[in-house]
Amino acid sequence: MNRLDISAARPTESVLSTNKLIKNTYILLSMTLLFSAVTAAASVMLNVPGWTYMASVIGALLLIWLVLPRTANSSMGLVVVFGITGLMGFGLGPILNMYLSMANGPQIVGTAMAGTGIIFLGLSGYALSSKRDFSFMGGFLVAGLLVVFMAILANLFIALPALQLAISAAVIMLMSGFILYDTSRMVNGGETNYIMATIGLYLNIYNIFIHLLSLLGALSGDD
Amino acid sequence: MDWTKIIWAVVIVAMILVLWPRAKQMMKDTPKAEKGDWQAVVLPLAFVVGFVILLIMLV
Repeated sequence: MNRLDISAARPTESVLSTNKLIKNTYILLSMTLLFSAVTAAASVMLNVPGWTYMASVIGALLLIWLVLPRTANSSMGLVVVFGITGLMGFGLGPILNMYLSMANGPQIVGTAMAGTGIIFLGLSGYALSSKRDFSFMGGFLVAGLLVVFMAILANLFIALPALQLAISAAVIMLMSGFILYDTSRMVNGGETNYIMATIGLYLNIYNIFIHLLSLLGALSGDD
Repeated sequence: MDWTKIIWAVVIVAMILVLWPRAKQMMKDTPKAEKGDWQAVVLPLAFVVGFVILLIMLV
């Protein structure tokens, strides 16, 4: 059977549970993004030091790797998701303060936020309405992610600005692909846990925002 | 050398190590694309590229 026909052949119960999963995921995603924005605003106002970003990312990664898999099927998973997204939002403070101190900083930050929102809504809406199965992208996306990690690792030491721009562009494209992939996994039954679905989409949005900010900051006329 | 670079390097190596088994599994299990599948991806990604270029021109 063609993969496009699978959703049409699914029983009503399955369609209802998919709709519930999508609804719960988008509600939780909205709440976590809002919570992230609050912690980011607090972090900007507190003018936290630069290492806060690194500490927040490490804390969030530890929660994602060690705690979330054990709690994703319980109500405790919700607390963990808010912990992760709150930490990641708080870590944005030093980055946002750096951009906000530029002459056109508020415009860059606002453009990156609006741009991220439009990219996410456009891609997720496309995957939801087309109901296509994008699972064929999985291997390509994860291989691309590994290549990007290696490029980031190399650029820590060689520090080439052009490579940094290329990495940011690649991350935006990869995360855009992951939005299609993750959304289609919800629609086509590849992901049944709304907590895990939320954290996947949140990380896609977060990475697009960070790297769009980096591109706009580097390529804006007032750098 | 800046100590934060060392810590970031450790974090990225840890991410690669955590991702590696899952990546291998995903690359093995990913279904092959059918006719028209990649075309359905290229269109929205081209929109993203064009949109990002537009944003860069706006700031």
